[in-house]
Amino acid sequence: MAVDVVDITALQRWLRTFAASVAEQRDHLTALDAAIGDADHGANMHRGMTAVVDALATASSDDPAALLKQTGMTLVKSVGGASGPLYGTLFLRMAPATGGATTLDAETFAKALRAGLEGVVARGKAELGDKTMVDALAPALDALDAALGGGESLAAGLRAASAAADEGRDATIPLVARKGRASYLGERSAGHQDPGATSAALLVAAAADAVAEQDDPS
Amino acid sequence: MKKLLNDPADLVAESLRGVERAHPELRVDHEHRIVYRADAPVSGKVGLLSGGGSGHEPAHAGFVGPGMLDAVCAGEVFTSPVPDQMAEATKNIDGGAGVLHLVWNYTGDVMNFDMAAELAGAETDTEVAAVVINDDVAVEDSLFTAGRRGTGAAVPVEKITGAAAEQGRSLSELADLARRVNDNTRSMGMALTSCTVPAKGTPTFDLPEDEIEIGIGIHGEPGRRRVPLAPAREIAEMLMEPLLADLDFTGGDGVLVFVNSMGATPMLELHLMYAEIAAILDNAGVVPVRSLVGPYVTSLDMAGCSVTLTRFDDELLRLWDAPVAALGLRWGM
Repeated sequence: MAVDVVDITALQRWLRTFAASVAEQRDHLTALDAAIGDADHGANMHRGMTAVVDALATASSDDPAALLKQTGMTLVKSVGGASGPLYGTLFLRMAPATGGATTLDAETFAKALRAGLEGVVARGKAELGDKTMVDALAPALDALDAALGGGESLAAGLRAASAAADEGRDATIPLVARKGRASYLGERSAGHQDPGATSAALLVAAAADAVAEQDDPS
Repeated sequence: MKKLLNDPADLVAESLRGVERAHPELRVDHEHRIVYRADAPVSGKVGLLSGGGSGHEPAHAGFVGPGMLDAVCAGEVFTSPVPDQMAEATKNIDGGAGVLHLVWNYTGDVMNFDMAAELAGAETDTEVAAVVINDDVAVEDSLFTAGRRGTGAAVPVEKITGAAAEQGRSLSELADLARRVNDNTRSMGMALTSCTVPAKGTPTFDLPEDEIEIGIGIHGEPGRRRVPLAPAREIAEMLMEPLLADLDFTGGDGVLVFVNSMGATPMLELHLMYAEIAAILDNAGVVPVRSLVGPYVTSLDMAGCSVTLTRFDDELLRLWDAPVAALGLRWGM
């Protein structure tokens, strides 16, 4: 039987897993960025997530909202570029959407993620198809909502979300960028995978892993 | 990669140590990576704040000083600084007349300055206004891009607004003036070689020996098109044609002609380019009244150049000529 909630431990696991994937994919993210941007996405996200994990060690709170806010502020402070405000805003907007609960049920977690995405859209003014992180996040959250609406567990919903994020990420390859530095290239941005959508897919995959692990009966 | 480095991760911090040691007229906050003019805040004067990624030296710290900026925030190489830095600097340069943010138009910089203005507004009662600098004609200004990049226009915008701030003008007057200079300025750049970001260690893009890139930005982002290497005269045409097509530079009180090195191109070549550009301007009926030639807004070790034209009126010309004492721009003081 799935646990189907996200508590402070699961959130911490999510952040640690994401940090580990970013560390592992750091050079890949930078290489993608070098093709259509400015070759710093891997280094910036790695610096930011290292700071987030460091902050976990000293945080005493068991309040998910406080942890999400701390994570958002840490990213805003340490990442820079466009990714700092965007990933920072995602976590900052998730915090109040938890309603102060200590354990987030599937619907609340999905609602918080949705609030985070809306924050990203408001901050970056990107729409679906602009070749940005929104292209991975939006389909992921649609898939999560659909799965939960269909009575599936949070773990199954996040697996579906992760698959949708990966598809969304791959679908950025033929797109012409309309936001961020890649947009300066115009048509020449087509044929390259978007680095922001790539890191965003890692974020969703990390959430799926963090909750799947929690669901393991062992 | 062959660079003067200890650890690439320490490059910005260690360079700021050097700025502090070499230039006692500047004050450096190493924790927040802010460079201030030593006498900031100047009582009764609007504080001018800019900044951005490192790698464009002498921009941004080279434009701090009497007659120009009160402070700049330094980001990592080619990465915007963060809102904490900008909010801290905003607080410390407020001489009671408000603070103007001069923001180079890049997605990250604009978002971080936005968040900083929100933070500063929440923490203090400092009045903040922002003007976005966007002059690069290589980028189509449309809903389908992040808008034109801020490049060479930063020099006349920051210089002229800085001169007017010294005269005690109000925040809204300075914001209007900064927008006016920006609106009358256009830039276009080209690369002979890519730059190498120290943290990456290899060139950002591959440019064969016999090709050049037209319409590049200042972060190693590739340009709009790649063409065979050509004589300087033809390269000057490729840069000037879109500039002159975008804004009418004839009439008025003449133009500032600013020929900028992308970092690795020597003055010998820059002056040759200046001669080519001046000849094109003569034919087009555009009158150069002031010039600026050298490395001011660079892209690390990229070879290449950019051309910036500012259409002057009498007031802009007088403010351009006013004294300035920054490490990258200094006259009359």
